[in-house]
Amino acid sequence: MLRIRNLDAGYGSLTVLRRVSIHVKPGEIVAIVGANGAGKSTLLKTIVGLVRPRAGEVLFEGTDVSRTPTEAIVRAGCSLVPEGRQVFADMTVWENLLLGAHVQRGKGGRAGLQADLDRICGLFPVLAERRRQLAGTLSGGEQQMLAMGRALMAHPRLLMLDEPSMGLAPLIVRDIFDIVVRISAAGSTVLLVEQNARSALKVAHRGYVLETGTITMQGTSEELLANRDVQRAYLGKDANEESERGAP
Amino acid sequence: MRPALLRQVAAFVATVVVIQLASVAGEKAFLLTQLTMSAYYTLVVLGLSLFMGYAGQISLGHAAFFAVGGYTSAVMTTFDLGPFRSTAWVAAAGKVGLLATRTDAFGSQVLAFHPWPAMACAVLLTAAIAFAVGVPVLKLKGHYLAMATLGLGTIVYSVALGTATLGAADGISGVPPLPVLPGIAVGGNGSRIANYYVAGTVLAVSMLLLLNLVHSRVGRALRAIHGAEDAASAMGVDTAHYKVRTFVLSAAMAGLAGVLLTHYNGSIGPSEASIMKSVKYVAIVAVGGMGSLWGTLAASMVLNFLSLRGYFGTLDDAVFGTILVVVMLFAPQGILAIDLRRALRFLRPTRGAPAEPG
Amino acid sequence: MTGALAIQYLVAGLTYGTIYAVVGMGFNIIYNTTGIINFAQGEFVMLGGMIAVSLHAILPLPLAIAGAVLATMVVGALIELVFIHWLSRPTVLRMIIVTIGISILIREVALLIWGHNVRVLPYFTGNEISAIDLLGARISPQVLWVVAVCAAMVALTTAFFQWTMLGRQMRACASNQVGAAVCGLPIRRLVTLSFVLSAGMGALAGCVVCPITYTQYGMGTGLAIKGFTVAILGGLGNSLGAVAAGLLLGIIESFTVSQLPTAFKDTVSIAILLGVLLLRPSGLFGARVATRA
Repeated sequence: MLRIRNLDAGYGSLTVLRRVSIHVKPGEIVAIVGANGAGKSTLLKTIVGLVRPRAGEVLFEGTDVSRTPTEAIVRAGCSLVPEGRQVFADMTVWENLLLGAHVQRGKGGRAGLQADLDRICGLFPVLAERRRQLAGTLSGGEQQMLAMGRALMAHPRLLMLDEPSMGLAPLIVRDIFDIVVRISAAGSTVLLVEQNARSALKVAHRGYVLETGTITMQGTSEELLANRDVQRAYLGKDANEESERGAP
Repeated sequence: MRPALLRQVAAFVATVVVIQLASVAGEKAFLLTQLTMSAYYTLVVLGLSLFMGYAGQISLGHAAFFAVGGYTSAVMTTFDLGPFRSTAWVAAAGKVGLLATRTDAFGSQVLAFHPWPAMACAVLLTAAIAFAVGVPVLKLKGHYLAMATLGLGTIVYSVALGTATLGAADGISGVPPLPVLPGIAVGGNGSRIANYYVAGTVLAVSMLLLLNLVHSRVGRALRAIHGAEDAASAMGVDTAHYKVRTFVLSAAMAGLAGVLLTHYNGSIGPSEASIMKSVKYVAIVAVGGMGSLWGTLAASMVLNFLSLRGYFGTLDDAVFGTILVVVMLFAPQGILAIDLRRALRFLRPTRGAPAEPG
Repeated sequence: MTGALAIQYLVAGLTYGTIYAVVGMGFNIIYNTTGIINFAQGEFVMLGGMIAVSLHAILPLPLAIAGAVLATMVVGALIELVFIHWLSRPTVLRMIIVTIGISILIREVALLIWGHNVRVLPYFTGNEISAIDLLGARISPQVLWVVAVCAAMVALTTAFFQWTMLGRQMRACASNQVGAAVCGLPIRRLVTLSFVLSAGMGALAGCVVCPITYTQYGMGTGLAIKGFTVAILGGLGNSLGAVAAGLLLGIIESFTVSQLPTAFKDTVSIAILLGVLLLRPSGLFGARVATRA
């Protein structure tokens, strides 16, 4: 579904990504892990069109989208839940979801829209409760759910999540990742980028490790979880903590 | 003082001399008049360039300082204190030598301040106003600062236009020449060539001082503020202090320019305080490259000269408006710093990228 | 001051105040969608009046006004498409300077086309001397037109932003540009639309006030400053705040002029501007908090 070949990308004179190549097959959950500043967010932003690549290809369902505007990419079925949620803080939950459905306008009409809203509320019951609340008054976890719901309103075939666990309490993080699994089970392909390597790799089928702009490791999530380098660099702290608390 | 900078200034002085000689040789000595006037306007622009280019702030009201300087000196040297001769302070001022008697255009005796104390007062007043205004206003940023300076400029213009003592719409005329050295004075019937050299000297000395400033610790601090004010502040640079100081310095320069040009022309009018004048100064700073002193000087001399000679005709304002737009869109670092490839990239539609503030 | 005289001044204040309010709203619309302060806002008002006067020579008044509004909207779109559109990372400073330059250009073109002359549209109903009696004061029916038209514009614009999908999309852009982008919203088109809307509003206001205040090529600059004052006073981004602030400014100005020489009329609004900027930059009613990611 998504194939990236030798991607170089960055901001201004700064090159952040160097010769990055990944692929995502339909139905998979793929995780990209790495430390802060490794370029994970830049990668997702480049795919969705917020950053323009310097070199390389981004192929979404066979078509090169490296020069396509974000508007068209989202309409083609690739949605991003951005880092930091980026909800419309001074608009209601309901309005946020409505706006997420923009690219679906015309397809399915009123009934389709209502069905989508119901589906999202089914996935995130708390959003139904708070539908008339301003998005800025929601808690971090609720905003994350809203951002995901908003992205899902666009019927994405590929859903990308940028650091979904950032700033959230561990219990909420668990809920979020459960929902990621459910979304995948419902038919969407998921590409997620995370600092929390353990949680990400546990739900993913495959993973990549991104270090200072280049892919250093790749494999199935089991392989990566078992890999000693990965454990040392990204799982060490988590591994100790989890074994103390008796990990699930 | 770095030798490289001294060489630059020396080259400038040489250019000044060459131009003068060429103009006399080509029998176009009258061009020196506009060059002299341009030089004084350039003084304003240089100060503004320091403030906008190095400190990275914006002032849409600098013409106000020019006007304050010019009007103060004009008023002080033309207001007849004769009727008040007997009052205490006039008598005291006379004793200290601040006053001078002269014959005005109509043949009557006028007792007014001598141009030198008038000049000193004018520059000091300008600096004082800049300080008083700068301290609160420079806390603002971006469009708030721009609007505040615009507002200040408009107030000065309104006052100049509406006050009878300041000559209202006609301004003040009959301003006496400002003596510089025995036999040389700014304005009056003094030699065109002598005036030209006075202006050139003023510019050369100013460049010397500014270049020195810019390459010193102060200059680096200013550039730090321009680049990233919050970071500079976190590193211990007293941003408010530098911003205000630069503002006051640039205002004083504008005030001095106002004094000199008023005495040169023998008059001043409210149009010198208009918004359009302020905008022109900003346009020239933009063309010259915010932060390139020689570039700004060159741009200012050329543009002011052409404008004063009437080359732009009735389209004068339009020309500067266009300059503003074009330079800001394609060459915000100034004409000299154009990178054509990067500029042409603007012609391709950007990919839905959001606009970033600041 | 007699009661009747006070009402005269109040009405004059409200008349100018509604225009200031509309200009302020125009500022807010563009600021909300793009973060840009559009200095050329005042020029839209000028253009509305000027173009209407020119069209009126060949068209009946309602069509002339409609034509002027449409033409000014086209100008607004052109400004955005030609000057603003291709700036990928505009800084606040650059945008201020660019829009100042644009306002100068528009003014100079207007001077070229229409000259220095003051132009005027005929009164919509009645003429210069017709008057309605209100509590002892005589008020021109044109005043009622001004208030009614501007009030209608404010109401429609507010409804537009609150309840239509397009209005929501524009609010979304203002609220969070990254969020808007990932929803697939057509940000560039929405930006152009914000210019078109602002231009149209300004133009209509210019037409409706033209019989009273006349129109001249240079009137835009002063309006821009006052419009900005109003926008800041009401809280930048807060459209209803701008309306209240506009009326307030108009009334204060009007009563001040009754006491001070007219040369100082503009000084009032600038004094208020400086006061707000220095003492309470978030305005009387609080600026809208918009995250620009």
